[in-house]
Formats: sequence, structure tokens, C-alpha cells
Amino acid sequence: MRSEIDRVGLKIGMWLFLYSEIILFGGLFVLYAAYFHKHPASFAVGGKELNRVIGALNTVVLLLSSFTVAASITAIQKGSRKLTIGFLIFSIFCGFIFLVNKYFEWGAKIHHGIYPNSETLVNGEPGLNIFFGLYYVITGLHGLHIIIGMVLLSISLALVLAGKIDGSRFSMLDNSGLYWHLVDLIWIFVFPLFYLVL
Amino acid sequence: MDNQDKPHVLSYSQLAGVLIILLALTGVTVGVSYVHMGFLNVPIALAIACLKVSFVLLFFMHLKYEGPVIVLSLIGTVSFLMIMIGFTFWDVAFR
Repeated sequence: MRSEIDRVGLKIGMWLFLYSEIILFGGLFVLYAAYFHKHPASFAVGGKELNRVIGALNTVVLLLSSFTVAASITAIQKGSRKLTIGFLIFSIFCGFIFLVNKYFEWGAKIHHGIYPNSETLVNGEPGLNIFFGLYYVITGLHGLHIIIGMVLLSISLALVLAGKIDGSRFSMLDNSGLYWHLVDLIWIFVFPLFYLVL
Repeated sequence: MDNQDKPHVLSYSQLAGVLIILLALTGVTVGVSYVHMGFLNVPIALAIACLKVSFVLLFFMHLKYEGPVIVLSLIGTVSFLMIMIGFTFWDVAFR
């Protein structure tokens, strides 16, 4: 007996999950909008503390990795397994670079006494406390998504290596790719809102 | 047996073109952020972000070649999101 693969169904399922993710981050952006409206001056002061260069670098890293993930799906459909493996390793490496940058960025903030419930924030301007609270929650949740995305891409990579993913059945890779692109999408909004507009 | 036509395959050059557009738009949004435009800062940054997101959705996420179920449900989600953000912000701003 042959089992049929419902490729469209698998994809619709993944998209439904992605919608819940969109609403999750959407809720946090509502908070950002409302508090930005209430404390515009503090948000401007907080935004100036963030490093534009690291933010821009991370944007480039994520866009590049999104490209290689999309390219790996093209590669598997064209039957070039080696290229798929190369693209996936590069994408996972990009995720790693993103996290290293984030480590240095957060490390510098924490070194300056800016972290949730720190003396500087608790005794300082309430608006600034809210700004950095949102900064840590949103970039932290996003960072968690990067880690999950890397795990999914690693599983896909292992399945490609094991020969379980090939040109005729690659939904796992396809869906991991969709997840990775969503993480990229969220960063495309996080980057200007925190690093640029203030 | 396949229950659908062969999935559409994007070429490498097509994907690379999208990547170049996205990197260029990132350059634009960073460059524009150094120009002080007061009130317009946020709308312009968000407009560029929306443009970038459209490219990611259409090509990297393959939306241009998907059937109506995924396209319409995504439009529904985005509409819901706009109502959620729009009405909440409206309430906060004009209370």
C-alpha cells in the first residue's frame, strides 16, 4: 500500500500555526504602540541607547539566511542534495551569528545596569523602564524563536543527510523554512521600531 | 500518486534578486533614519518594513504561487491584526 502525502494540507497546517505566532507578536506590538504614545520622550532616550550597527548587521544576517533557506528548498527540488546541505549549514550558522551578536548587545546593556528590575531602571523614568521591559520581552521572545528555528532546520538537515527528505517529499524542510522566514518577518518590524525610528 | 500539480520551483537567480532588493531596502531604511522628519519617521519606517515583508511573503514564503486557501487566510489574519492594533491604538490615543 502506498501512503499519499498531502503536501497542501501539511502546508496549510503550518500556516495556521504561523498565524497564531503573528497574533502573538502583534499583541506585543500593540503594547509598544500604546506605551510609545504615552512616553514618547523616554522611548526616544531608550532608543538612542541601542546600537544601530549591531541591529543592521543582524538584519543582514537574517535576510541572508532567509535567502539560503529558500535556496535550499529550490536545491532539494532540483535534486542537488549537496547544495541543500550546504545552504542549510550556512543558514544555521547565520542563526548562530545572530545569537552571538545578541549576546554582546544584551551583555553591554546589562553591564550598564540596564536589565529587568535593575536599580537604574526601577528608580529611573517609568517610561524608560517600560521601553527596556518591552525591548527584553520582544527581542528575547524573538531570540527564542531563532533557537527553535535553528532546531527545526537542524532536524531537516539531519533528515536530508539520512535521505528521509528528498525531491519528492520535503514538507518538513518546507515548513521549517516557513518558520524561519516568519522569524525574519518579525525582525523586519522589530528592527526599525526599536533601533531606527526613535 | 500526487494530489496536485508539481510544486512551482523558484530559480536561484529569482531568489538572489529578492535578496538584493531586501538588502537595498534595509540600506534605505537605515539611511532614512538619519534624516529627522519628526512625525513622519514611524510611518515611513513602517511602510518600508511592509514592503520588505511583502517580498519575503511573496517569494521566500512562496505565497505568490499558493492556492486561495493560504492566501485568503493570511489576508484574514493580517486584517484581524490591523483591526486589533488600529482599534486599540485609536482607543489609547483619543480617549
